Order: sequence, then C-alpha cells, then structure tokens
Amino acid sequence: MTRPSAAAEVIDLSPVVGDEVKYTTCYMCACRCGIKVHLKDGRLRYIEGNRNHPVNKGVLCGKGSAGIMQHYSPARLHKPLLRVGERGAGEFKEIEWDEALNLATEWLGNVRATDPKRLAFFTGRDQSQSLTGWWAKQFGTPNFAAHGGFCSVNMATAGLYSIGGSFWEFGEPDWDRTKYLLMFGVAEDHDSNPIKTGLAKLKARGAKFVSLNPVQTGYSALADEFLAIRPGTDGLFVLALVHELLRTDRIDLEFLASYSNAIWLVINNPGGSDDGLFARDADGKPLAWDRTTEAPVDASTPGIRPAVVGTLTLPDGRRARPVFQLLAERYLDGKYAPDAVAERCGIPAATIRRIATELADVAFNQTIEIDQPWTDTSGRRHEKMIGRPVSMHAMRGISAHSNGFQTCRSIHLLQMLLGAIDTPGSWRYKSPYPKPIPPAAGPVGKGSNPNTMLPGMALGFPQGPQDLLLEDDGTPIRIDKAFTWDAPLAAHGMMHMVIANAWAGDPYKIDTLFMYMANMAWNSSMNPGESMRMLADKDPATGEYRIPHVIYSDAYFSETVPYADLILPDTTYLERWDCISMLDRPIGSPDGPADAIRQPVLAPDRDVRPFQDIVLELGARLQLPGFVKDDGSPAYRDYPDYIANHERTPGIGPLGGWRGTDGTAVGKGAANPDQLARYVDNQCFWRHRLPDEQLYFKHANAAYLRDAHAMGLVPNTNQIVLQLYVEPLQRFRLAAEGHGPVQPPDEKRARVRRYFDPLPIWYAPVEDTAPEQAAWPLHAITQRPSIMYHSWGSQNAWLRQIYDRNHLYMNRRTATALGIAEDDFVWVISRTGRVKGQVRLMEGVNPDTVWTWNAIGKRAGAWNLGADAPESRDGFLLNHVISEFRKEADGMLQSNSDPITGQAAWYDLRVRIEKADTAVADPRYSTLPRPPGLTAPPHLLRFNASEPA
Amino acid sequence: MTAIPPPGGKKLGLVIDLDTCVGCHACAVNCKEWNTSGHSAPLPDFDAYQAKPQGVWFNRVHSYEAGEGNDSRTVYFPRSCLHCEEPACVTVCPTGASYKRAEDGIVLVNPDTCIGCKLCSWACPYGAREFDEDAGVMKKCTLCIDRIYNTNIPEEDRVPACVATCPAQARHFGDLGDPNSAVSRLVAEREGYDLMPELGYKPVNKYLPPRERPRYAAPAEPAVESVANPFLRWIDRALSR
Repeated sequence: MTRPSAAAEVIDLSPVVGDEVKYTTCYMCACRCGIKVHLKDGRLRYIEGNRNHPVNKGVLCGKGSAGIMQHYSPARLHKPLLRVGERGAGEFKEIEWDEALNLATEWLGNVRATDPKRLAFFTGRDQSQSLTGWWAKQFGTPNFAAHGGFCSVNMATAGLYSIGGSFWEFGEPDWDRTKYLLMFGVAEDHDSNPIKTGLAKLKARGAKFVSLNPVQTGYSALADEFLAIRPGTDGLFVLALVHELLRTDRIDLEFLASYSNAIWLVINNPGGSDDGLFARDADGKPLAWDRTTEAPVDASTPGIRPAVVGTLTLPDGRRARPVFQLLAERYLDGKYAPDAVAERCGIPAATIRRIATELADVAFNQTIEIDQPWTDTSGRRHEKMIGRPVSMHAMRGISAHSNGFQTCRSIHLLQMLLGAIDTPGSWRYKSPYPKPIPPAAGPVGKGSNPNTMLPGMALGFPQGPQDLLLEDDGTPIRIDKAFTWDAPLAAHGMMHMVIANAWAGDPYKIDTLFMYMANMAWNSSMNPGESMRMLADKDPATGEYRIPHVIYSDAYFSETVPYADLILPDTTYLERWDCISMLDRPIGSPDGPADAIRQPVLAPDRDVRPFQDIVLELGARLQLPGFVKDDGSPAYRDYPDYIANHERTPGIGPLGGWRGTDGTAVGKGAANPDQLARYVDNQCFWRHRLPDEQLYFKHANAAYLRDAHAMGLVPNTNQIVLQLYVEPLQRFRLAAEGHGPVQPPDEKRARVRRYFDPLPIWYAPVEDTAPEQAAWPLHAITQRPSIMYHSWGSQNAWLRQIYDRNHLYMNRRTATALGIAEDDFVWVISRTGRVKGQVRLMEGVNPDTVWTWNAIGKRAGAWNLGADAPESRDGFLLNHVISEFRKEADGMLQSNSDPITGQAAWYDLRVRIEKADTAVADPRYSTLPRPPGLTAPPHLLRFNASEPA
Repeated sequence: MTAIPPPGGKKLGLVIDLDTCVGCHACAVNCKEWNTSGHSAPLPDFDAYQAKPQGVWFNRVHSYEAGEGNDSRTVYFPRSCLHCEEPACVTVCPTGASYKRAEDGIVLVNPDTCIGCKLCSWACPYGAREFDEDAGVMKKCTLCIDRIYNTNIPEEDRVPACVATCPAQARHFGDLGDPNSAVSRLVAEREGYDLMPELGYKPVNKYLPPRERPRYAAPAEPAVESVANPFLRWIDRALSR
C-alpha cells in the first residue's frame, strides 16, 4: 500500500525559542567568546554565539555549544564542605558559609599576623587575576600566581621582552590580509574560534598555511603544508630560516633600522662589567653610530644614517658593535645552515630553503599597500601603509619545552627580519598591546611582614638580577622558587612546583595552600601520584599534615576536592558576574581595545558563591587594606560593585568602557556607578575601534601612541623599539660572569651564562641531554581535543560522548618495528615512571613521537562519573610519567622547567614503549567517594527545555 | 511503501566544505543543543555519566587518514541526513511516518506514526538515522525546520544551527534546486560532489572537496654569489631612521 504522508504531521515552523535572552561571556575554554543565552521557564534552552561580539562574531565551538550540560553537570558542588576523614579519603560534611568563611578567616588571619608568605594562593585558570593578584598583594604574600607557569609563560615573556606583545592573547595574524601563515605547535584551544575563522579566510583567499607540529590533527589537518617536526626543534628550524634569509640578504633592513634595536651599539668589552650592554649617552639613551657625523648619537634621533655593521670606537675608547652585526655574525654561522639542522629537525634541508624563499617572496614581492597615510614617532609622514603579508602564530608546542623562551624569541626574530610586525598582512598587536619593552615593573616579594601589604604586585618582569626574589642569603622568597636563579623570568609563577616545595618545606614550610580552579591532584600536576601523596602526607614527628591547611574553591567535584580541608564551592559561569579586564587579559583585537563582563543568566540553585565574592569577603573579614572602608566595613558589597567602582590608579579600573561619571570617557576616567548596566545594554562587552591611521605600526605610530596614552594603555607616547637583542638577559649573564651585587651561586653560574643569551639561541630540550638517551628513544606529548578544556569536558554528558577515553597514538612504521599492533596495550615508560595505554596507529605523526589527548583520563569516581566510566577504566594520563624534577647534566636537581622562565616543560618528555601483558589500566587509584550534596547522576538524560520541567 | 512526492523546485540542503572543516564538532554539539529542545525533542543520552555514554545526534563528525607517510592527510567528515531526492528511508517506511516534504524536500519522521521498526535506518546507506530507544521512534536531522522558517528569530539566524555556529565557515545552507542560489554556485565553483552517487538516492546535500594543495609555488631560490665577507654588502647600505 502506498500512502501520502506529509499532511499527517503538524509542524510548528515558528516556535518561540525562549522567554528571555541574556548576553554574557563564554567560559567553556580560555577564548572568551560572546554568547547569547536563551532561557525558557528558567531553564537553559539554547546558547549561541553573539554575532556582534569582537571575538567570535557569532560562531560558537563545540565546547561553548555544550554549555547547557556544563551548567547542569551532576558534578557541581552544592555547599561548603569541611573534611572529616583523612585527607585524600574524600570524607566531608556540609557546613554553612559563615562557618566556612570563619574558618578560612581564622587560618588566613593567623598566617597574616605571623608570616604572610606562609599563605600560598594559586588561582589556576582564573580569569580574574587583577582581583586575585591584588588581594594577594594586600594580604602581603608573594606566593601568588595563576596557571600561566604551566601554560604559556614562555610565549608571553619572550614576546613581551622582544616585541612588546605576544602570540595568542596579545597579538594575532592579520587574518583578512595575510598571504602566508607559519603556525608552530598550536592545539585548538589557543585560541579556538578566532583561529578557525581565520584559517577559513586564508583558505578562501588562497593564502598558504604551513603548520609545524609533530601531529597532524586539528588545525594541522587544514595546512597546505604539514611539517611533522621533531618536538623541541622548532627554534633550530627557525634559525635555519634566519640563516638563509641573511645569507641571501632577503631581509628588511630599513624596517630593522627604523623600528628595532638593530642599530643600537653593544659594548664589546670581554670580561668587563659593561660587556654586552648597550652603549648609552649621559641620559641613558641607547646610542647608534651616525655615518654622516661618524659619531655616536642617540639612536632615536630622526634623520641619522645609522651603521648596521662594523666595530666602532666610542669617544671614551670603548669598542662597540651594532646589534645587527652581532646578529648577522651569529646566524650566518654554518651550524645554522639548513643542511646542518635538517636531520635533527626531521625536515629536509631543501624544504627549509624553500620555506625561506617563500617567506621572502611573499614578504618582499607580494607586499600589501593600503592608501592610508600615517606618521611615525620620528615625525616622518608615510603616504601608505606597506605590509609584509607573512604572519606567524605559536603556542603550547613551543611554550611547553625547556627551550621555549628562546625558541619563541627566535620566531619573533624571524618576524622582525622580515619586517612583518604589525604591518598589513603580518602578525598584529591586539590592543592594549604593544607595551614598552622590557615590560614595566619587576616582581615584588621582599619585605613581606606581618599584617602588612606588599608594596607592589607579586608577579612582574625582572629587568636584571636586582629584581630577583631572593633573601640576602640567596634563599628563595617564593614557595615556587619563581624569580630565583633557577627561573629568573618566571613572570607567571610556577604553580607546578608549589605542592612539591611546600611538602618538602623547601625553601620554607607554609601554613595554608589556597587554590582555585586547577586540578592539582590530577591532570594539572606533573607526577600526580606524588602530588596526591604529598598533599595527604603527615610529618611522623608531629602527626600533622606537612601542608597544614588546604583550601580549595571550584564549581565541580574534581580529583583535587578530596585533598582539601575546606571546600568553597564556586558557581558555574552562567551564575556570576565577572570581568575580562583591561588590567588582566582583555579581549582586545588589532582594531582596538575591548573588554567584557559576565552577568548572571541564572540564579544558583545550590548554596554556592562566586569565587570573586568569596575573595572580596575574605579580604573584608581580614581587614585587608583596600577591601575595607575606614570604619572597617566592607569596601565593596560584592564583585559587581568592585568591578564598577574599584580604581587601581586614578581613572583606571577593571573595565575601560563607559568610564567617567557620565559614561563618556574611554579607557580612563572616573568610576561610573552605571557602568555595568551599560555593559549589559551593550551585550556585555565594550570595544573601541581605532581610527584607520592607527591600525598598523602601533609600536611607532605617533597618533596611535598618543591616543593609547590618553586611554591609559601605555605609560607614555614614546616609540616602542623592537628588541632583537634583549639587554636584561645580558644583565643576568654578566652577573653569572661575576659582575654586580647580585650573583648566582657558583654552581649555577654556567647554567645562567649558557641560557641567558641576549640573542635567540637554540639548545636541545634539557631532557634530550640527559644520559642514556638510547633508552628513551621517543618523544611523548599531548594534544588538546577541540571539544575539551583541560579536565572540564568529561563531566559534560554531550562532550564525553565524543571522547570518553584516550589512546596512545604511534606512527605506524615505528610501532611495526617494535612489534606493536593497533589496539595493543603498551607501557609508556619514562625515566621516572610508567603508565599503560592502548595503541592506535597513524600516519600523520612524527616517527619518533607518540602522543595522546590531554586530560581525558580521570580518576575513578571523580567528576561524579560512574566508577566504570571509560575515562578511568581505559583512559590514562601521561602526567604520571612526567616528573616535576629532573637531574641535569651537571648533576643538579632542577624543576622540570625552562631555565629562564620556569615554564613547565611538559613536552620535553622522553619515553620508550613496551608491550604490556594485560589490558588493565595502570596506575589505578581507589574510587573517590561522592561528596555530600551530590547525587548519583541519571543513566538516561532526556533534556528538553521546551517541555515543562 | 511510502510515496515520494513529485519533485518540487525547492531542494533545501547543506553544502559542507571539507577544505576548511577542522573537525571541531561545533556543528554536532550545537545541533544537539538546539534539537534536544527542538522539533524532534528530546535527543536522549543513554548512560550519560556512566560506562557507555551514547545518545541521539543528528550530526556526527568522523576523522580519517588518507594516504601514507608524508602524503597522508587527516580529513574530517561531518555526517548527517542528506535529504535525498529519492530517499530509500522514505519509500521503505511501512506507515508513512518517514516522509519527504514536497515544498522544500526536507526528509522528516512523524513521531506519531513511526512504529520504531528501523527499516528506514537499514535502508539509509549513509547511517544518518538515529533511533530514540527510550521513545521507540526514529529521529533524524530536520534541517532545523523550526529555525529556517522561524519568524520569531532574526532573519539572518534562520539557518540550521550547524551552519550558524560553524567557526570555519565550512557549512552552507540554501536551495540546491535553484541553480543561481549561493550554494549552487558554490557547488559549481568548487566541484561539489554527491556521496555515493552510484546508489542512486540523489542526495541533496553536497560536499566540497579539499582544495588542491599547495596553491602557492615558491619562486626559484635566488643565486647568491659567494662573497668572502658577506658584511660588506651591508656596510654601504644607505639607511636612515
């Protein structure tokens, strides 16, 4: 029987989507996209990208689209918890907020009244560091940082010391114009939507996209050319490109002379205390050699004819050479020739030469000219903006190596040689960058005294050895040993070292470890088995925990919750006010500054509080300066009150939009009590579009710098001279050579001297130089799946259906040679441990590299997943075979970090693979019990916001 | 057997660009969140937090490797109903629940008359049907029929959720029956193709193949004379700042 059917179904073609729409900012990863949230009967109906938002322009990734399930996660904590069993056992009782905050205040008050640095306050994936950092300062502890030390500090620091901006957060390719993109070691979350959208633009235009990555997934899958580089050798590859460009004289010398320190004179006085420093005039201004007058002059003098090569004699008899001379000497050396590096990088020499040729061809023969006059800081008017349309982007693959700082500097060097900084088609600064180089204030930590605030922010940028945080006897001031000789430029702190150091009482014992939103008893730690042991360890002499108090704030039941004494439950991202602040990491674009807020879309249905409200209340209870009024009452009612009314310096507050009492001031102006309402009216973001004449060459664009100064973005209107040669590094090196009042101990001199090279260098990842390399033939790294933000995604009913376990991916030929087949279980064995995983074979991976997805493996019971969930039953964490310490060639035990910045060197890992006999996951830890307030999650989910709840 | 209506002029469908699909699953998840409260709501999830999480998805993204060694490529492939012009899933339906709309060609399932026999999912060679075990009815991509004509949402948003959300602009929506539509022109320009055309179901959705690579060929390497002192060439360079 045949029957017509369409008439049978009645379809509502125009259902009402929801009864309310609210705009806010996503927090499903670090990307901070604008979202439009539809509500129906008080439930989340639909979350979509905000078309008007500068970051995502309407699109939304898989993570952001799963926000509904994150908000309704059964792993949400419900009420403050107090530990009642042994630490690590996961036994808690629910307590009221007043009791919880009284207890925290008592612990913290005792610390502050005795020795404030015995508080270690580490805030993980915090997006409110301008508040939390200020709180730490007012409390008086130098022991503050967020998660940057194990994430991206190599990138940020290398960029800020070199070009006054950096990849990802402080800059991006000119997606609309670039004709050639070199991308180094980027996974999907740094960043997410802007790169995806940008790559689509490149491909639509026919621009070439080259990806260097050991693994061909994600963005690398789209690359026109994929180069499966050996991990940790990107810097060598880049310096070979530099060699080729110099050898064939395909560089932008005019750009270098005008905008970089290529012409600055470097004193040549081996053994002297001024060797390698810039020759300066009486006012401290760097000198260049003017070939017209044959004399040294202030290098910023307009109209001079500067020498770029040669050895010159200064009036006082000292010899000096322009930076460019030093640079050319170094990189013309045959050791940087493509033929010399090809094997090590795993990239043929001919390919390296060809890429150099392509870069030069695009930069110099395919220039972009925009008919837009502009005037530079020397007063020269340019009729056009001329662009070198080659751009670069780099992230974790560079950052997470012990040579990441210098590698990132090498990439910036390459950009500068090509004249491809903030020009049409090249990499561009995201406002409020560029900032002066070197970045302004050093870290503050000296003079921590009872009941006293610190005179400045704990994190900063050392200008030289005098800024290190060392006691007079050389003892580290910070618990993580950031800003010591082991990690002098640890600008983001070293969260990965806190637990180990606090447990060991090295450099001192602490009283309270207060953490937020970082899963330090699992995937955010190197060697999590040890982290768990240390957190739960007692001193046999006293029977007390070695880390006496642990306070943890998080919205969810992570693996870290059982290791805290006091849990302060946070809200979800849809239940809170927040600000993506100009004082921290705003969402500015190359077209102008921007910042954003979150507003509560739903009221919490649990007894939880936004972490930032907790911070403010603790500040008030502790009577911290700035957190209370003169009468001792709280200075701020809550976080939104703080956001609108706090001024860090006069006229500068957390948000740049609608300042001034009438809301008309841009960037700088009096606090506006109506400010948040204005943000809400404007879909929770503010942006200021720069005039066309200010869009490029911002480091030397007079109009831009003038307006940026007026907005409070830069401290003055001076040209920001790009630094090929970074003098602060030389200051550390001079100290290592015996100069100056602050010098490294003898056993560390060679190390500092080696790594603190003011011109970029490449050295093998430190792990590659350890003895018995043959025993560890393979590199092991992780990649970020596009639909997971660290460990968060697995509690999400939708996202875990995409990845509910991870495998160990191996190159097919490498595995075959080892007798390993698809689906075999293998041991991944490193110098310090072993973990079992199941193998998948693939082609698109460097033959000497194995990899897996990051943070899919879970501890049984955590995140309120079933004890037999694949995440814990079959998944595994590579972290188990990464040690937070390593023994270096000189025999010294060091943190497993970049020796310059202290960045966690996750990707230095070397392993061997052996077939395993059994399929049982290993290591295994006991199943975590469900904390009070959480209930067994349903097996069947029929989420439908359109149906009455 | 259920009859297919006589072909209308309008053939709404998707054009999916395999050149820019980055495999991020945005389309799949956004589809899920729209549709779990949409026309075919809900899209249930079984064992949502336990051992074997699996649910109903109207759109799934697969990844493959093609080729060997240096020639290998990773390809992402989003898969959903192709709204075929001659859909076997419709003709095979014993109750008429599975049907193709005459006015725009969208293939739908009427849950009131679906008996959950799964014949349609056996008939579909593309694996594009999703069975709601809990409700006992077949479900599938509706091409967001509750969005594309929805006068309660802004006009520019009246596209399927997967298209609106795609960060890489790899998904396009339109009338493939109109040779002058933007999607038809795109298919013509990029040589879009049918999945398994030999089966004869005439899928409306089209896939755009990855563009040829590399599309930029370097010029010849410059010949550089070997100079005894390469610095000489920079000594007399007339520079000013």
